[in-house]
Amino acid sequence: MSVLLIAEHDNSKLKPFTFNAITAASKIDSDVHVLVAGTSCENVSKETANIPLVKKVLVCDSPNYQNYLPENLAPLVIKVSEKYDHIVASANTFGKNFMPRVAAALDVSQVSDIIKVNGPDTFVRPIYAGNAFATVKSNDQKRCVTIRPTSFDAAEKSGGSALIEKVEAVDIPSASKFIKREETKSERPELGTARIVVSGGRGLESGENFKLINDIADKLNAAVGASRAAVDAGYISNDHQVGQTGKVVVPDLYIAVGISGAIQHLAGMKESKIIVAINKDGEAPIFSVADYGLEADLFTALPEFLAELNKLNTIQK
Amino acid sequence: MKILVAVKRVIDYNVQIRVKEDGSGVHTDNVKMSTNPPDDNAVEESVKLKESGKVKEVVAISIGEDKAQESIRKALAVGADKGIHVKADSYIEPLGIAKILKKIVEKEKPDMVFLGKQAIDDDCNQTGQMLAAMLNWPQATFSSKLSIKEKSLEVIREIDEGLETLEINLPAIVTCDLRLNEPRFASLPNIMKAKKKPMELLNAKDMGVDLKNRIEQLKVEEPPKRKAGIKVANVAELVSKLKNEAKVI
Repeated sequence: MSVLLIAEHDNSKLKPFTFNAITAASKIDSDVHVLVAGTSCENVSKETANIPLVKKVLVCDSPNYQNYLPENLAPLVIKVSEKYDHIVASANTFGKNFMPRVAAALDVSQVSDIIKVNGPDTFVRPIYAGNAFATVKSNDQKRCVTIRPTSFDAAEKSGGSALIEKVEAVDIPSASKFIKREETKSERPELGTARIVVSGGRGLESGENFKLINDIADKLNAAVGASRAAVDAGYISNDHQVGQTGKVVVPDLYIAVGISGAIQHLAGMKESKIIVAINKDGEAPIFSVADYGLEADLFTALPEFLAELNKLNTIQK
Repeated sequence: MKILVAVKRVIDYNVQIRVKEDGSGVHTDNVKMSTNPPDDNAVEESVKLKESGKVKEVVAISIGEDKAQESIRKALAVGADKGIHVKADSYIEPLGIAKILKKIVEKEKPDMVFLGKQAIDDDCNQTGQMLAAMLNWPQATFSSKLSIKEKSLEVIREIDEGLETLEINLPAIVTCDLRLNEPRFASLPNIMKAKKKPMELLNAKDMGVDLKNRIEQLKVEEPPKRKAGIKVANVAELVSKLKNEAKVI
C-alpha cells in the first residue's frame, strides 16, 4: 500500500518543505503518490512528476483549492485517501491546519511533527519543546502523519517521470471565506531553509537596532530570525519567530544575538549544526548550547563582526 | 452568545523537564504545573468578548485528573462563569479529547469553542481542528486577532508566510496563538469569588465515547546532548573560528 503526500505550493511552484516531506514519505513507503490540489496548477504537477521519489501525481485543478481552506481541502484528501495507508504533509502551518481535520474525519489519531521514521507504523517525535523524544507506534489502520521538514533532506528535483492523473473536485461547504493574505516580502533567504540564520532578541532594545542584525544577515546571505520577546516588543514581524510556537530551523550556522535562550526558543534552533551566541550576560542559558560564545555587548560586537566579515575575501554563499 | 473554552493543565512552561530513567515518560511528581499558556490566551479572549457585551456566558472546561480543576478555577477567577471538569485519570489523545468535547458541545450548545493552538507538553496541535471536523464546523487556527460580526467571525491567522484573514460562520472553532492578547492576572478577591462559581463534575468513562488511545508510546528518551562549546575572547577570534574551524563562512 502506498503513501499519499499532500503538496504545498503557490499554484506556480512547490514550496521548499514539500521536498523534505517527500523524502520522509519515501521512508514510510517507497510508493509515494503526491496530491496537488490548486488552481491552474499544471506547472506544479509537472514539477512534482519530475521528482524521482514520486511515483504518481494526482492533480485536482479547481478554484475550490485556491487558498487551502481546511474545510475545502480536507474532504478532497479524505476522498483521495481511500486507497492509501498513510496520509502525510509537512508540519508547518499548512499541514498542521488541515491534517487533524482529515484524521478526525477518518477516526484516526494523528502523529504530529515526526523527526524520524523507524518503520511504517513507528516514528520518533519531539515532545515538551524538544526536551524529550518519544518513539511512538500508531495502531490505526490508516495513519495521518505530519513531518518536521527540517529533520529530512530535500528530495532530488529532477530525473523522475511520474504518471499524472486527474482527480475530480469535491463539493465545498460555504461556512468559511478567504479574505486576504499579507505575506512578508523579503529579498533574504527563507527562514525555514536558509543555510545561515542570524537572530535577534530583546537585547536589541528596538526595531531600529535590528538593522545591525540585517547588515550581518545581508553580508552572510542569511535569513533573519527573532525570539518571541523581540516579536512581542514589535521589533520585527511574527513570521520571523524561531521556537516552540514559531518556526523550527536547522541551519549550518545559527547566530543568536541578545537572546537569553529560554526553553521555548531553544526548541526551534538547538539542532543547528553550529550555534553562536553573542550576549553580555555570561550566565545566559544560550551559552549552554553554543559552540562559540562571545560574552560582549552586542552594540559593540555587531559592528566589529561586520567589519571582520568585510575583511574576508570569501564568504561562502 | 455562549463560548466554551478548553483549558489543559500541563507542566509549567519554565520547568526544565526530566525524562524518567526507565524511558516511560517524564517526571511529573512534585513538578510545578500550570495552565497551558495558549489556553490562557483563549480564556482571556473569551472574557474580553464577554466584557464587550457580545458574549453572554463563558464556560471553561478541562479534561484530566482532579487537579485539572485548578486550571478551571483560574479561568473562573479571570471571568468565566461556570466550569466543567471531566475526570480522566490517564492520558487521552487529542482524538479522544475532541470526542469528549463534542459531547459537551452538543449539551452546552456554545456558538464558539476556543482552545489554545497546542499544548506545550505533547505539542500535538490537533484538538481544535479535530473537534471542528467532528462537529463539521469551520475553524480558524493560530488566530492572533478576531472580531465578531452578526453571524460570523473575522479572524487574522498567523501563517508561515505572514498573516491571513478569514471570515467564518458561527458556530465555529478558534484556536489561539500567543499573540492574540495579554492574559490578565486574577486578583485575590476574584480568586475568592471563583470558589463560589458552579463547577459541573463529569467522568470521561461515562461520556459514551471510545477513549482507547491509538498511539502507543514505546519509549521516551533525552535528546542527544550537544557537546560543550567554548567562549571566545573577541570578535576576531569568533570569525576566525567560524571560518577555519567550523568552516561555515
